[in-house]
Amino acid sequence: MKYVIIGNSAAAVGAVEAIRQNDTEGKILIISDESYHTYSRPLISYLLLGKTTREKMKYRSDSFYSENNCEVMLSTSVTAIDKDAKCVLLSNGESESYDKLLVATGSSPFVPPVNGLDKVEKKFTFISLDDANALEKAVTEGSKVLIVGAGLIGLKCAEGISAKADITCVDLSDRVLSSILDDGGSEIVKAHLEDNGIKFRLGVQVSEFGKNSALLSDGTKVEFDVLVMAVGVRPNTALVKNIGGEVGRGIVINERCATSVEDIYAAGDCCESMDVSTGEKKVMALLPNAYMQGECAGMNMSGADFVFDKAIPMNAIGFFGKHIITAGSYTGEVYTECEDGNYKKLFYGDNKLNGFILIGNAEKAGIYTSLVRERTKLDTIDFELICEKPGLMAFSKDVRAEKLGSAQ
Amino acid sequence: MKRIYVNEKWCLGCHLCEYYCAFASTNQSDMARALCGVKINPKIKIEENDKISFAVSCRHCDEPLCVKGCITGALSRKDGVITIDRDRCIGCYTCILSCPYGAISPSDDGAVQKCELCIKTNGGKPQCVAGCPNGAIVFEERGE
Repeated sequence: MKYVIIGNSAAAVGAVEAIRQNDTEGKILIISDESYHTYSRPLISYLLLGKTTREKMKYRSDSFYSENNCEVMLSTSVTAIDKDAKCVLLSNGESESYDKLLVATGSSPFVPPVNGLDKVEKKFTFISLDDANALEKAVTEGSKVLIVGAGLIGLKCAEGISAKADITCVDLSDRVLSSILDDGGSEIVKAHLEDNGIKFRLGVQVSEFGKNSALLSDGTKVEFDVLVMAVGVRPNTALVKNIGGEVGRGIVINERCATSVEDIYAAGDCCESMDVSTGEKKVMALLPNAYMQGECAGMNMSGADFVFDKAIPMNAIGFFGKHIITAGSYTGEVYTECEDGNYKKLFYGDNKLNGFILIGNAEKAGIYTSLVRERTKLDTIDFELICEKPGLMAFSKDVRAEKLGSAQ
Repeated sequence: MKRIYVNEKWCLGCHLCEYYCAFASTNQSDMARALCGVKINPKIKIEENDKISFAVSCRHCDEPLCVKGCITGALSRKDGVITIDRDRCIGCYTCILSCPYGAISPSDDGAVQKCELCIKTNGGKPQCVAGCPNGAIVFEERGE
């Protein structure tokens, strides 16, 4: 059996670890267009911040490939899949056959076409180690940096370079982190970021770039030395789309992480999958989901029958010491707590917890996550108690006994 | 695989497990001296109300969501024990977001902390179990 994995990040690692549970003999080939040992992409901002190093941000140890008997082809991209011949064509002109193929191609930064963008010399995106390395070189003490996009990527970038740079962040949305926070949460986080020196221009977009300036839609101008485009990312779906595989916003996979094309699986940020908190198909570009989809794909590629049907949007992120934990969807009735700098919102309806936002106190957040993920019926627990204080106390005695092991 | 099991019927709510846990990582010989005046932040924590109490620590799950979700690779599972490489942890709290038991918590130095069955500190003899005066916390093989 020969397994080919396109990609070298969380989904790929998840697949390797799963395949090796079932098949220690089969050949695994990892093909990556990057030149690095597998590393954790979300850590690039921590690298700039000095909270990790290139060595420590490796996602698995140096011996990972040899221990798992993987062949790795770095700095090589896959240009096409030939599904009939069951092989992938490579940028070096060669090809590699596969029995089972995993597409874990991730996503690419979306850079909108803005007039004058070509005039900007120091412009960067921020999703890869190469991006971080280039940005680190470009930003010097006192650099004026304009970041377009006040989402997860833009703001983590801002934090990463904040010690050196004078940062202005622009976003079309009138609030920060609009994809994961509600209005109240956004306000708190924005104020906290402002306290740490980040300036915001919200509700506007860049109409035109000059070499070192941006003209905003409200007619004002922002000068900058360095530009970071962090508007969003797009799943890398082309390889599957080009062979007629089903693609929506991301590559369509089923709960076994199989694509619509025989023997081809997909996992991670390049996919769309079911959000169990809403029942909608969406791209949930998050490392935990990537790993678990990769694991699921790897299990099925190596002969097991494995299902991953518990994906939900979820984020644990922090800025300048303030933690933000969110999961699920923000629909239904709302339980709110807001005191002592902590912010909690729980969204519930139809006897289920749909989602939550915690800012500040993160204690036992996973208990809320499990209610969302497992679609736990709220009338089986003490919901009033758990709203105030997440804990196993809110579950029935029998469930607690099962969880903690006294049921013997 | 030996695991920690908790029976709330026997828990007195005395919190001694929390003190033994905190003491286990001090590398000192006298508990009173080691913890005097210290606000402890143990890896096992008592949940209690006026009727019941029980201790909660890492269950060392077979399908650990914390390990699978860890963005750095700092959490790993080897020989059934989930451990943390504190040097690699950057304190993002994805594991706290993921753990359905609430058994991972922030530490005092930025990394997260969790029960590692005392394998790094006491030769794999969980001190919460050793210190529980009423047998409410046990460490045993149940052949699961």
